[in-house]
Amino acid sequence: MARRTIKTDYLARVEGEGGLKVVVRDGAVKSAELSIFEPPRFFEAFLRGRAGMEVSDIVARICGICPVAYQMSAVHALENALGVTIDGPIRDLRRLLYCGEWIESHTLHVHMLHAPDFLGFSGSIDMARVHGDEVRRGLEIKKAGNEILRLLGGREIHPINVRIGGFFRAPRKQEFAELAEKLKRARDLAAEVVRWVATFDFPERERDYQFVSLSHPAEYPFNEGRIVSNRGLDVAACDYDDHFVETHEKRSTALRSHMRDGSTYLVGPLARYALNFEKLSPIARDAAKHAGLGPVCRNPYRSIVVRAVETLYAIDEALRIIDAYEAPERSFVDLEWRAGAGYAATEAPRGLLYHRYTMSDEGTILDAQIVPPTSQNQACIEEDLQNYAGAFLDLPDEQLRHRCEQTVRNYDPCISCATHFLRLDMDRA
Amino acid sequence: MKRPIVIGLGNPDRGDDAVGPVIARILRSHAAHRYDVVHAVGEATEILALLEGREDATLIDACVSGARVGTIHRIDLQVEGAPDKHGAISSHGFGLAQAIGLARALDVLPKRCLVYAIEAQSFEQGATMTPAVAEATNRLVGQILTQ
Repeated sequence: MARRTIKTDYLARVEGEGGLKVVVRDGAVKSAELSIFEPPRFFEAFLRGRAGMEVSDIVARICGICPVAYQMSAVHALENALGVTIDGPIRDLRRLLYCGEWIESHTLHVHMLHAPDFLGFSGSIDMARVHGDEVRRGLEIKKAGNEILRLLGGREIHPINVRIGGFFRAPRKQEFAELAEKLKRARDLAAEVVRWVATFDFPERERDYQFVSLSHPAEYPFNEGRIVSNRGLDVAACDYDDHFVETHEKRSTALRSHMRDGSTYLVGPLARYALNFEKLSPIARDAAKHAGLGPVCRNPYRSIVVRAVETLYAIDEALRIIDAYEAPERSFVDLEWRAGAGYAATEAPRGLLYHRYTMSDEGTILDAQIVPPTSQNQACIEEDLQNYAGAFLDLPDEQLRHRCEQTVRNYDPCISCATHFLRLDMDRA
Repeated sequence: MKRPIVIGLGNPDRGDDAVGPVIARILRSHAAHRYDVVHAVGEATEILALLEGREDATLIDACVSGARVGTIHRIDLQVEGAPDKHGAISSHGFGLAQAIGLARALDVLPKRCLVYAIEAQSFEQGATMTPAVAEATNRLVGQILTQ
């Protein structure tokens, strides 16, 4: 029997380090496994014994791409433990900060990491030589997201203005004037990006995913909502552990999640979009429609279009928030520390991010649990590879490897969060 | 046209990776009248944005290329290729090489653009710099101030 082995030491254009092994026997994919070998970073352990006030600054360090997500899940979980709900302008500012992170993160992935796959380039540098205008456009949109983080977060990476109860400082209304002009320009550009990515060639692959995301009665979800699925799940964040479980496998330094009944599920743009399509703003819905998307998209390769739509939405939403904003009298509400447990899930760019904390009377962290989206999507990535790689087995090794990498990049995995990515071993006979 | 910029890349809390931030901090105290001095974590688009509109840029990072620990590499990007052609020259290889590659492709690479990379030994979390790297850091500060 002829046997071929394809080995790629590291997959590029994903965040972090890990490995992928695809075993092919008798013309069929026998197994596909992700092995995450980034050293574990023990954030949950070293949060123990720290003051509750420190948590949002510590967890921001988990990821340079999505620090806001970690901060938002943390402050909401801690406030949940203290029985406090934040509303008014502070709530709106938190939503605005999240818009900035989605704009940054999605635009980086669409332009620098994922688009080269569809346009036949080895990476963004090669792509920029031919598609310079498109790359410049992406960079300009990303700058608008950076600007939100700089103005509201205090700096573009690892923001420092977030605190439990609100912000250390709330900007004055007039401080947003210049940013609003940049966002208006970015909104036009983001609409062009949706049209651009919609022209890419997509493999016709669909799966009946179990989508899981937050759902809020009045808004496309960032910080608040119940955890729902397209299979009838509808629970509060405090019930997360009753329905989802993390397990450890020897080959990986990251935990992986599944439902308690053993089934796998998908979080992230496709899930959010499918479960919240009606909550998108008219401009985003309209762009999706013209890009050929229905209210549900089950083709993971088209996730690049959904990310572009969500980017457009985030810019539109940021402008709505800025337009309605009136600075609060105080930038945070006072809180009284007390013993208890708190839970929250928010929507990181890559999907649902769950935090749970227990605290002592003085607000010292006794226990922490953090479940990032990439851990939750790991099983789905493997299933996609197992399901789809078979259709590509007639391709030459190099193209097959590329197709596998592209399949992984559909998920924008952040292995540095889950703990980093990716080496590929193709073993086929 | 914007002022010359010095960009120190790296994580101040990971051993020898601190060379960029440490030099940025020193230059901010001693040469702020000559340069914009910035500490960046090393993400490609962040570096690219800092380079835009500049005629003069100096980038400082730690690297691992197999040379003797503490060696100072100097790469003139108008003469030589991107750092990745020199092997794993930077601890932020993806970010820095990507940024330089994009800057070239988009024709925004400053006319004068230097990379200084100090050969590192340890990137351990929470560790201090190894003595040879700390010594090279001081030498490089002197070199930049007199250039």
